[in-house]
Amino acid sequence: MRVVVAMSGGVDSSVAAGLLAEAGHDVVGLSMQLYDQRASPEAFGSCCSLDDLQDARRVALALGFPHYILNFEREFRATVVDRFVSEYASGRTPIPCVQCNSDLKFQTLAERAEGFGAAAVATGHYARVVFDEDGRRYRLLRGVDADKDQSYFLFSLTQDQLAHALFPVGHLSKADVRAHATRLGLGVAGKPDSHEICFIPDGDTAGFVERQLPVADRSGDIVDSSGRVVGQHRGVHRLTIGQRKGLGLSTGTPMYVLKLDPAESRVTVGPRDELGRRDLTASQVNWIAGAPPPGPRPLTARIRHRHHDAPATVTPDGGTNACVEFASPQMAITPGQAVVFYDGEECVGGGWID
Amino acid sequence: MRIYLDYNATAPAAPEVQDAVARAMREDFGNPSSVHAFGQQAKAALDEARGQVAALIGADPAEIVFTSGGTESDNFAIRGAFETLAPAGSRRIVTTGIEHEAVLNTVKALAARGADVVTVPAGRDGVVDIEALTAAITPETALVSLMLANNEVGTIQPVDVIAAQCRQHGALLHTDAVQAVGKIPVSVRALGVDLLAMSAHKFSGPKGVGAIWIRRGVRLISQATGGRQERNRRGGTENVPAIAGMGVASRLAREALSGGHLDAMRVLRDRLEAGVLETIEGTVVNGAADGRVPNTTNISFDGIEAESLLIALDLEGVAVSTGSACSSGTLEPSHVLKAMGLPQAFARNSLRFSLGPSTTAAEIAFVLDVLPRLVSKLRRLGRTAAALRP
Repeated sequence: MRVVVAMSGGVDSSVAAGLLAEAGHDVVGLSMQLYDQRASPEAFGSCCSLDDLQDARRVALALGFPHYILNFEREFRATVVDRFVSEYASGRTPIPCVQCNSDLKFQTLAERAEGFGAAAVATGHYARVVFDEDGRRYRLLRGVDADKDQSYFLFSLTQDQLAHALFPVGHLSKADVRAHATRLGLGVAGKPDSHEICFIPDGDTAGFVERQLPVADRSGDIVDSSGRVVGQHRGVHRLTIGQRKGLGLSTGTPMYVLKLDPAESRVTVGPRDELGRRDLTASQVNWIAGAPPPGPRPLTARIRHRHHDAPATVTPDGGTNACVEFASPQMAITPGQAVVFYDGEECVGGGWID
Repeated sequence: MRIYLDYNATAPAAPEVQDAVARAMREDFGNPSSVHAFGQQAKAALDEARGQVAALIGADPAEIVFTSGGTESDNFAIRGAFETLAPAGSRRIVTTGIEHEAVLNTVKALAARGADVVTVPAGRDGVVDIEALTAAITPETALVSLMLANNEVGTIQPVDVIAAQCRQHGALLHTDAVQAVGKIPVSVRALGVDLLAMSAHKFSGPKGVGAIWIRRGVRLISQATGGRQERNRRGGTENVPAIAGMGVASRLAREALSGGHLDAMRVLRDRLEAGVLETIEGTVVNGAADGRVPNTTNISFDGIEAESLLIALDLEGVAVSTGSACSSGTLEPSHVLKAMGLPQAFARNSLRFSLGPSTTAAEIAFVLDVLPRLVSKLRRLGRTAAALRP
């Protein structure tokens, strides 16, 4: 079977490719060049940088399968970066990895893969996909390594995409993956994990947003829950819900960002106990089974990648939204992040926090 | 089966060339500048190659300077001419938008140092707008750089037409002949140029070696100062094995050109082109049909991402290319097709097939067999994808 492997140059996708090649599949490695590598000092990128692409090429050479680098600059800018910037500017805290996965890896790349005669697209995600014989459908499961599980980033995949998806490292621990890399003689065995937002390697998200979307003055008031002005901020894009540091406040009790209002350029802060919320509305909800459940469903829900999913009742609204009601208050529910629903080990879907 | 149709990128070294390189490494290892017998022997190998290269382009051996390849030769010509003539007030450099990056980026670098650069477009036929070019040449012009054959579409440029005007204005005329030498007869005298760049690996010689022809009497400030090699024009111990290989490649190219050996290549190129146009709808050949080097065809496939077709072909064992590749080896829109005024889509949906002397009829038949299938598959997927998008 010909399988296209999306290779970032990191250890996970390298091992994914290696395991498939070892199993006798006709592997074709594809890497996405996401940004202009020759651009000025402004150039962004850590994952999928030129060095990473060359790492992927070396893995392919070592394992003896063809590898190509596709120019996805236009697609990446259009589907990921522009949206990321506009989300920040509108007071939300986006996670670009979801669009990158669904729109680039499992849509655009999958289309290309089919053109190359491939039956499946594999990635190095820590997640599993199984076919449910009874339900006649594909199920997305958490990666076996709970600490590395990446199903959160895959909630928007469809049945059709899962039908052609392979996650060869999903049943492995990170330690196993590194051991396989060493066993296969891959130079990337000891490579450190990549950053959360690959195109902002220095972590300066605010600076990135400002360069992409220059605005003369973004400053505004910081107010408390009663509307009293307690300080000034330099732009809502510099802040995220639940943030405490960097507010420059000299109030007695520690204050946390509760709300961002970009239209008024106003930030509301409050003590930690005001940060907890029990409910949220998710929009653009994807149910991996293909259709929403008929009524309220007891599940667990995860509100950010590094969050232990908490018991919640999820009620589809008949459209593409869903109401999520947690059993206990959750800290820092952040618009722009994804809320992802689990039924035990199974990721059943998710949506965007409004 | 692996089929190589990317000779404009590089050509495999001919067996005679491989032998010549190996023999020179083995037997002519001396430093050509040394006084002793070893040095003299290496110098003799150098001189033999110099004569062979000169003969290929109708030049005097003393006018040949060996370099590391086409890019260095272009740099030497352009930077050397500008540095020589700019102090006297000639700061203009005239070139075209369809040149190789070796020329374009060098000219750009000089623009940052005060050169008055004029870049003339080409027409849809892939030939420079000769009127615009002529109009741009003024008494303040230091250099005109016009390629002899374009690397992407293969069109031959009217270099000889502007020679007299350049001379009249005291401008040097440089031609990047990297894609022409070995494919068509080239005579520096007939062209009337002052400088000519060539590269060995484009005509079955070794990589990393080339030459610049500098008309006798033309002063050009050296760009590699050092020892007195190459008549004081380019310092550094000569790459004797590669130069010996280039000499042999030049001899073979001259024999092939005079013996009509390249006619078969033209026939196959024409067969490939006609076959594609006939069997695949929505295809068009870029650049004029006449006045091209005999090995190149550049074809646009409507509704296709050239990158995907290139990979699909490679997975079938057929190696082709588009004109430009960027730092990571991915594709970027061709600057040549853009400079020809072709629609934006053409810059992304065009493939270059470039044949070589060893290309066979069976190979072309195989390509004509797989190509229609791949194109229709990619088109079908492209349409489905477009229809599914919100």
